[in-house]
Amino acid sequence: MAVKVLIPTPLQKFTRDQATIECNGGTITELLDALEQAYPGIRARLCDDQGELRRFINFYVNSEDIRFLDGAGTVLQDGDEVSIVPAVAGG
Amino acid sequence: MTQAPPRSTRSTAIKALRCKECGEEYDLKALHVCEDVCFGPLEVTYDYDFLRRTVTRETIQAGPNSIWRYRDFLPVTSDNPIDVGTGMTPLLQANRLARRLGLKRLYIKNDAVNMPTLSFKDRVVSVALTRARELGFSTVSCASTGNLANSTAAIAAHAGLDCCVFIPSDLEAGKVLGTLIYNPTVMAVKGNYDQVNRLCSEVANTQGWGFVNINLRPYYSEGSKTLGYEVAEQLGWQLPDHIVAPLASGSLFTKIYKGFQEFINVGLVEDKAVRFSGAQALGCSPIAQAFEEGRDFINPVKPSTIAKSIAIGNPADGVYALEVARKTNGNIESVTDEEIIDGIRLLAETEGVFTETAGGTTIAVLKKLVEAGKIDPEETTVVYITGNGLKTQEAVQGCVGEPFTIEPKLESFERALERSRTLDRLEWQQVLV
Repeated sequence: MAVKVLIPTPLQKFTRDQATIECNGGTITELLDALEQAYPGIRARLCDDQGELRRFINFYVNSEDIRFLDGAGTVLQDGDEVSIVPAVAGG
Repeated sequence: MTQAPPRSTRSTAIKALRCKECGEEYDLKALHVCEDVCFGPLEVTYDYDFLRRTVTRETIQAGPNSIWRYRDFLPVTSDNPIDVGTGMTPLLQANRLARRLGLKRLYIKNDAVNMPTLSFKDRVVSVALTRARELGFSTVSCASTGNLANSTAAIAAHAGLDCCVFIPSDLEAGKVLGTLIYNPTVMAVKGNYDQVNRLCSEVANTQGWGFVNINLRPYYSEGSKTLGYEVAEQLGWQLPDHIVAPLASGSLFTKIYKGFQEFINVGLVEDKAVRFSGAQALGCSPIAQAFEEGRDFINPVKPSTIAKSIAIGNPADGVYALEVARKTNGNIESVTDEEIIDGIRLLAETEGVFTETAGGTTIAVLKKLVEAGKIDPEETTVVYITGNGLKTQEAVQGCVGEPFTIEPKLESFERALERSRTLDRLEWQQVLV
């Protein structure tokens, strides 16, 4: 599935300064694999040593937090927009 | 905007930004997450040896009657911080409320009368905008549930900074008007606070603005420590036994704790265990749920409560608030919207303090904790009231009855007085006597 991924500023050094990239993946987990392949090093910033998504990073699919969906197993459709946003803000 | 390097014009204790998770250090710039490693939150670190040498009770008492008397503990370097009289709000001995609940020593820290915009947010914003100016920002912004927007817009006006604030579009009228009057740009976002916050995280990446609770958050949040310092000073340089405070993002709660710890560390008060209990509205209680279920992580929720000022479903400091409540032997409780309204009325009727829904939540949780035996009547307890009821009148409209409408005649007054003694006030409504 081709999806659009919004990359936060601190990770744009991995994506050659691109804020938005196109990538493929049937789920968030597969998307992470594809991102790592295209932009080596980015996975270690998004996932901890156990391979789990870091707790201070939020993923949204079409503006919905994936924790309200199926987490890393959330299924992606063609044309979906995935936002990666640092979690620590507000209040 | 231009972002100049921080200028230090006097000796200060602030050292660096440090990640609370992995310990990575960063320069004192506009940055809130550990961008090189783990995206954890950054916190300002201080040279406590320097503070031990330079700060005494006397130097603090000789300072201004505002939060800036604690300037050495705050993350700014300028000689002229933005001082709009914020802080040093009353610590009210709440004897009537204490008797009603069965407590012996109860105090209300009354930030419903904080200056200039009647909520604790004036503390954090005074610090954030002072730092924003030092860092060279000319436009400041925030994601807000209302109180923060009021405060950012007002203090930006005073400081001559451009201002653009983001709020959920369903806020109480008083909070919207109380922002617009200062003439900032106001974006009312069709969504809940968590969606506003996410949008602002993306805007902060692109506009080069100083977002007080995003890229300036490490500085901003330190302003809440003054709620700890003031209570310690106002209790005669000692700490209470137990505090109860509202939980939204969890930041305020953890910073009151940090404030107490710093005063102990520097020798301004004696070491003492203080219990920390937190209050949430049942319709938005992700931290209370995690506490009850013994989890060390927060499952976000979608808020549905009248307590809009604390309706954060995805709280940034939720895990740290959990830690503080657990390690201090405190509790985190939630209450229904009906209990929140009862809490607002109880505080007003017993102590003459009109608070907003967050304060109603805190009073209702105080009552619940006392009834459950989770606050000892012997404990010196401080309750933090963080906002003003005049801003959220919708919440209690219909619950407070109506005045008697009378003719300008003695006879009419006497008839009305008689009725007032025989009828419940809610039955007076619209009665022409």
